[in-house]
Amino acid sequence: MADGAMGTMLFKRGLKPGDCPEKMNLEHPEALEEIAYLYLNAGADIIQTNTFGGSPLKLSQYALEDKTEAINIAGVRAARRAIDASAYLSASCGPSGRLLKPYGDTEPDVVRQGFERQLRAISGEGVELICIETMTDLAEAVLAVQAAKAVAPHIPVAATMTFDETPRGFFTVMGTTVEKAAEGLAAAGADVIGSNCGNGIENMIKIAAEFKQHTSKPLLIQSNAGLPQMQGDTLQYPESPEFTADRCRALLELGVSIIGGCCGTTPAHTAAIRRVVDEFNRTRSD
Amino acid sequence: MDILQQLSENLQKGDTGKVAALTQAAIEQKLETQAILDRGLIAGMTVVGEKFKAHEIFLPDVLLAARAMHAGMELLKPLMIREGIPTVGKVVIGTVQGDLHDIGKNLVGIMLKGAGFDVIDLGKDVPPERFVDAAEKEKAAIIGLSALLTTTMPVMKDVVDLARERGIREKIKIIVGGAPLSKDYADQIGADAYCFDGVNAVDCVKRFTGSS
Repeated sequence: MADGAMGTMLFKRGLKPGDCPEKMNLEHPEALEEIAYLYLNAGADIIQTNTFGGSPLKLSQYALEDKTEAINIAGVRAARRAIDASAYLSASCGPSGRLLKPYGDTEPDVVRQGFERQLRAISGEGVELICIETMTDLAEAVLAVQAAKAVAPHIPVAATMTFDETPRGFFTVMGTTVEKAAEGLAAAGADVIGSNCGNGIENMIKIAAEFKQHTSKPLLIQSNAGLPQMQGDTLQYPESPEFTADRCRALLELGVSIIGGCCGTTPAHTAAIRRVVDEFNRTRSD
Repeated sequence: MDILQQLSENLQKGDTGKVAALTQAAIEQKLETQAILDRGLIAGMTVVGEKFKAHEIFLPDVLLAARAMHAGMELLKPLMIREGIPTVGKVVIGTVQGDLHDIGKNLVGIMLKGAGFDVIDLGKDVPPERFVDAAEKEKAAIIGLSALLTTTMPVMKDVVDLARERGIREKIKIIVGGAPLSKDYADQIGADAYCFDGVNAVDCVKRFTGSS
């Protein structure tokens, strides 16, 4: 059981639109501790650090690349303070925000070195898992996995990509199929593979089933709570904790190893999923 | 295969070098500028757009084709100006104030340039006044607004409102795009269109400028 969304929780704790979410690690580590604690109490076994945008390329959008080490280290320490040894700590690592050559303008080596710098700082602090997530370009995901294995060969690596449904099946924005992702991520050395974000839990069930056809690796699925909808002036994610948890049974039956949440999920989602997971494990051991 | 067909096919493959060379060769063979444009570059880009919509090709292929198209257009532009062939129009684009996410906006910029539009890219974290000022100064036909954050989406409404206050709302179309947006939201804030991806944005701009 992994935890739920970070971004929406940060906005409720003073993150301003346009500010760097990872800067909170330096300025308000107590907010990160609180979020980790809420998810831990809701029943998560794996707590994620607030380091999704912690690669220097991504931080450079906020002119914070010089603080790469400080931001990532503070992110790991804040979550660790909250959970101590009562849960596993997973370091989040998201896309660099650049497009690779030839279709983009960034050399693959620059992206790889960026991930290495971020993950070196993180692994020095000690985490139980590195979670490369929300990837849409398989080439970038592979660079991140390779970077993780180069700087921290002793830490297991999970790598998940984000797929959209089309009339021709599931593809990432960059055109990667589930089959290609399963092959490519495993070949790069990922220990756990799967999908996160996306467009709600029901698509995730189909994506997980497709992964199962193409891999024997443990699967990690972290769905968002559907696409946000405007209701008056506020934004609402459509999928409730009960709805999400109910559909998680199908993921468990497919043999998904780790289930968590992405955008729009809350500690209430985590708690509801926890109940379903416990019930599933009980009936299986009977 | 004639040279314009070759031009179209190499554009579809996203081969910038060959597209530039073939455009140059077509110019040297004294083919009509309009024909090079229509039967070569635009024909190729149309196929790319159709295949993208059918999910047969994806973003990287479209970006490569748009870059190749841009290379060809750069060679044709001096001739178009000399012959009085109108460029298709000017578009002001940017990511709204408070939002630093510009990948989507940059993609739209590359694709619009690829489709032959003059693109004035104001960058990211752009306040409403700068959009409206630029649109007035450049006599743009379209303002394109991008936002990735749910918290910065409301700035789009400020741009629409400011354009109305300045009295240029009737002269300009405002299109919006970005991950959290929807057609409903675009309607709600009084924008002219919601574009769900880059190719759709180019289609919208073409429709509004009457160049489709």
